[in-house]
Amino acid sequence: MAMGVSRTTSPAPAPPARADDRDPARLPIATADRAFEALGAACAILLGLVLVGVTAAVLLLARPSIARFGAAFVVGRTWDPVSGELGALPFLYGTAVTSAVALVLAVPVGLGVALFQSDLGPPALRRPIGVVVDLLAAIPSVVYGLWGALVLAPVLREIVEPALETYLGSLALFRGPKLGLGLLCAGLVLAIMILPTIATIAREVLRAVPTELREGGLALGATRWEVVRRIVLPHARSGITGAVLLGFGRAVGETMAVAMVVGSRAEIGSSLFAPGYTLSSVLANEFSHATSELHVAALAELGLILFVVSLAFNVGARLLVARAARRATSTTAMVAPR
Amino acid sequence: MTGSGLGLSPRRWVLLGIALACALLWAAACSRTDADAPRVLNGAGATLPYPLYARWSAEYAKLDPKVRINYQSVGSGAGVRQVTDGVVDFGATDEPMSEGEIARAQGAVVHVPTTVGAVAITYNLPGEAPLRLTPDLVADIFLGVVARWDEPRLLAANPGRALPAAPITIVHRADGSGTSAAFTSYLSRTSDAWKSRVGTGTTPRFPVGVGVKGNEGVAAHVKQTPFTIGYLEVAHARLAGLPSAVVQNRSGAFVAPTIEALDSAARAAAAKPVHGQISLVDSDAPAAYPITALTYVVVPKDLRDAERGTAVAKFLWWAIHDGQRFARTLDYAELPPELVLRGESALRELRSGGHALLPAGG
Repeated sequence: MAMGVSRTTSPAPAPPARADDRDPARLPIATADRAFEALGAACAILLGLVLVGVTAAVLLLARPSIARFGAAFVVGRTWDPVSGELGALPFLYGTAVTSAVALVLAVPVGLGVALFQSDLGPPALRRPIGVVVDLLAAIPSVVYGLWGALVLAPVLREIVEPALETYLGSLALFRGPKLGLGLLCAGLVLAIMILPTIATIAREVLRAVPTELREGGLALGATRWEVVRRIVLPHARSGITGAVLLGFGRAVGETMAVAMVVGSRAEIGSSLFAPGYTLSSVLANEFSHATSELHVAALAELGLILFVVSLAFNVGARLLVARAARRATSTTAMVAPR
Repeated sequence: MTGSGLGLSPRRWVLLGIALACALLWAAACSRTDADAPRVLNGAGATLPYPLYARWSAEYAKLDPKVRINYQSVGSGAGVRQVTDGVVDFGATDEPMSEGEIARAQGAVVHVPTTVGAVAITYNLPGEAPLRLTPDLVADIFLGVVARWDEPRLLAANPGRALPAAPITIVHRADGSGTSAAFTSYLSRTSDAWKSRVGTGTTPRFPVGVGVKGNEGVAAHVKQTPFTIGYLEVAHARLAGLPSAVVQNRSGAFVAPTIEALDSAARAAAAKPVHGQISLVDSDAPAAYPITALTYVVVPKDLRDAERGTAVAKFLWWAIHDGQRFARTLDYAELPPELVLRGESALRELRSGGHALLPAGG
């Protein structure tokens, strides 16, 4: 987050006084420094311990399920808590599909918003657009869920899904009973929710592209589109990929809104209209009422899978964003991914 | 601020000391008032009776300000587990504890029947006349065997009622729930196919349909989606203004989930000289609604803490007597006298250190 702060710490305005010149009641500066350092280290270690502790606790909870199902858990297609036959594949499928739908919709729009703010839009409009995007990020996810279930789902059922079937019905993706709630609805809600993540980070990455490059392109007679297409976007590519991955990570982990609109069926179908289930939403729905030890353990194992997937995407994304920031020569470039 | 700000001036040390002292004093003050604070009795379990238990908690606080009832509706299974582990003072469940569960509990438990609730089958169809369903139809619709509203069997059960030529969409609970348990327990009782393919549980795997969260979620989704059918706790159907199907009971009558029909099921079950626990599901009384559940509070028979135990016993005693008058306003049936007697004798069994917690006379 605050990488590079050490480079920029400003020197004290007065010339640094020697320790023995100072108020004798003060702690010697070296002691204070050491104490502060130790405090910081303790906080950092604590954070690491929390991460390890959480992982260990979930792993412990998941043990009966890991022992019972082994690797077959990940490819098991049935989720039946009553009979004790439990497999994770429907949730992996649902998570992948809803996140993919969200990305397909949110990436072009998010990138468009970011480009509008960094290169294309009139300066007077750039800031208001940024504020709107930030506001979108401030809406609690349960509100998105409510909106999705009460407003979006009927619209999908009555208008969007019949239209999709009419025009794209030759694809199995856009056929089937139209319920409103389902993978498509969850994907749409997620798209809106990850839009701010993608747009804000992409904007920072694009702004970090040195002005000299843009000006050079323009001086050579390139149009604004050519500058964006040939200079800005290629330069910011890894940062944008990072933004997309962070958005994906958020879509994978999003729980409440998805639980309210995904339709909650642990099944793998071919249609986007069909209800599905995601890793995080099944945890939210079933954990409090899971009675058998095996059911609890299987849910914990789903949690573990979710944890690993989200961690992988977050680490990957952060590496890419950091690389993009390093590549940018501009000193103002510092991305603070949330 | 002077210098680098890493050291603290004496004045700041004093301030810091004062702040710490204040924090300690505050903490001490809090712990002192703990002694005068009301005794909190913790309960956990079934969601079906939650609205009634919440009301009881509020009413009992007015009656005895020294006792607070804190009830968490975490589901019957979790309630049984928590009371078995000694996490809560009482558990609540829609199903009497099984032999295995009782064996796992350290020491015996008593079951106190508290109220009678029901699961309504609701739907979104044009037309005013209530939908009539036989037990076979209920099972086959929720199994996905009867998949259209205009199937001959449905038309035959609903003479004179127009049914649309549309597919049936099932709406079921996505979260674990006592309502699902009561409903699937009924279906397992009436349908062998259901029993073998799905079974009974708080999170059953419905063969078809769409899952939504909570009674409120089911109500909202059925209300806004044409040609859906779902099940929910009776009070929620009434609150949402949704229709309830009339279901054929074991003696052949089609009965709506009215409080009278719940009463009838409760009285019929209570009148029978059964040993062990009573079930109201699929009652054979002529006027009984079949998807009715008796819900219980479970308390360990031998309580270590006599004072807490007495407080729990007194609260439950109040609940099965004076507390019953709140049942009807929330769409539960009052306990019939026979079941109140059962509750009384269960509560008199409670012991702490060999002494009964309640006097023999009540």
